[in-house]
Amino acid sequence: MSGVGAQIGHTPATFDISLKGPRMLYAILCYNSEAVVNAWSKEKDDAVMAHHQGVMRNLAAKGKLGPVARLMPTTTATTLRPGREALVLDGPFAETKEQLLGFYIVDCESLEEAIEIGKQFMNETGAMEIRPVMFFDKGSAAQ
Amino acid sequence: MTDLAWIDAALTAARPQAVGALLRYFRDLDTAEEAFQEACLRALQRWPVNGPPRDPAAWLIMVGRNFALDEVRRRSKQQELPDENVISNTDDAETPLAERLDNSQYRDDVLRLLFVCCHPDLPATQQIALALRIVSGLTVKEIARAFLVSEAAMEQRITRAKRQVANANVPFEAPGAPERAERLSTVASMIYLLFNEGYSASGGDAHVRVPLCEEAIRLARLLLRLFPGEGEIMGLTALLLLQHARARARLDANGNIVLLEDQDRSLWDQNLIAEGLALVEKALRLRRAGPYQIQAAIAALHARAKRPEDTDWAQIDQLYAILESFTGSPVVTLNRAVAVSKVKGPEAALAMIEPLAGRLSGYFHFHGLQGALLEQLGRAAEARIAFDKAISLANTPAEAAHIRMHLDRLQQASEKPVSQAQA
Repeated sequence: MSGVGAQIGHTPATFDISLKGPRMLYAILCYNSEAVVNAWSKEKDDAVMAHHQGVMRNLAAKGKLGPVARLMPTTTATTLRPGREALVLDGPFAETKEQLLGFYIVDCESLEEAIEIGKQFMNETGAMEIRPVMFFDKGSAAQ
Repeated sequence: MTDLAWIDAALTAARPQAVGALLRYFRDLDTAEEAFQEACLRALQRWPVNGPPRDPAAWLIMVGRNFALDEVRRRSKQQELPDENVISNTDDAETPLAERLDNSQYRDDVLRLLFVCCHPDLPATQQIALALRIVSGLTVKEIARAFLVSEAAMEQRITRAKRQVANANVPFEAPGAPERAERLSTVASMIYLLFNEGYSASGGDAHVRVPLCEEAIRLARLLLRLFPGEGEIMGLTALLLLQHARARARLDANGNIVLLEDQDRSLWDQNLIAEGLALVEKALRLRRAGPYQIQAAIAALHARAKRPEDTDWAQIDQLYAILESFTGSPVVTLNRAVAVSKVKGPEAALAMIEPLAGRLSGYFHFHGLQGALLEQLGRAAEARIAFDKAISLANTPAEAAHIRMHLDRLQQASEKPVSQAQA
């Protein structure tokens, strides 16, 4: 257990408390430039996916892996916007340089652990956003 | 979808950014507010017909700016002399497109808007009233109700505060890093005061005013969205979330205070707690401690305890010790004494607060805690004196009722053998 690592009486620059306890679900959202990813060769794509599969197997063995999704390109996306009647627009939610390509749900003890897992998934390009999950339902949709 | 409730929510959400940008253009709060009001009126006319714009804030800024510029032109014709000082940035005023403000631009606009409400000459309650009026857009009537004063008195207070702010000459250029940090810290403490005003009302019948707490949380989240890397803003937001999570458990059905250890923890809002804990954890990773983060960490330890006896008082004691070194405030020492009483017993806690008697002689909680510690030590007569003193200093009926409960218990104990009183 980590305690307060500071000398009392002096203003410390850092402090620590142990908040370890009930586990927390984190979403690891994978962003990358779709244009770049779509330009990958089959071999490259396979190699990246193989890497991801490896990390996933590892996590699944430890019982830490929740649902996983890889999304189709944003060219297949349809966006709904509020209007007098909901507007149905062709295209993604926002025109951005990088797009949400997929996500993992992982079960961790701390943000630290989620960051470590994110690092394992990291490829040479792209970014990952780690967000705690507020509500989770494992669902019942049949594949 | 485009119902009035949605539009109302969109206008409220866009308000800080829009009024902030309009203030930058016109350098005058009244002009900025008026322009925003007008833009809102037009939104209410047009959005239900045309659907809402993609970026409501940008739409409101553009419409508000055009309206105010027309007003200024119209007045300048009537008054012959064009009042150039009223308008700044006229060079880009003709830009036909809604401006796409980059994040840093509107970040400084919102911060400035919040900051002008925190003029150091204004007493805290006026800073809060002004922020609620200008940034949150509450009506004078709503604010008057929250502060339990008449509408006329509140109107006068806000007008006076605005005049003072107008003379303060807050610079309109983008602030430098040290200035920005200073503004941020001033605004953070105003938001904290706003929350406290709701959390533990300073007068009147209601002990807790939930809308003020919720507004403080909204402003804290707004600030954190603008400054997502600031540990202290994470700490502030976490602190407010964790405290507010207990709101439903803090008073019983009769409006009496329920102490932390007696609260029904199933009433605590687990979503707010989870968000607060996530923010505390994120802030701690930055390894730049600050008072809000430490207080949030203390609140986190309380929130994490499933039962009162699971509370990690030793860590809480250590955190208060660090907080003491930051603030040097006797109130912090008083809070620490509660933790010390759990870890080392009431005697040690009493020894800790005795030196504070002079500085905290007019503080309700000092006498309340002193009484409770003396009661635990079986020093009933002294406890009664402390409780009597506390009652005379109670801020709300709920506080007074809580102390009266202690006095009743002492009374009952004195009628029974001592061994039972300790049980």
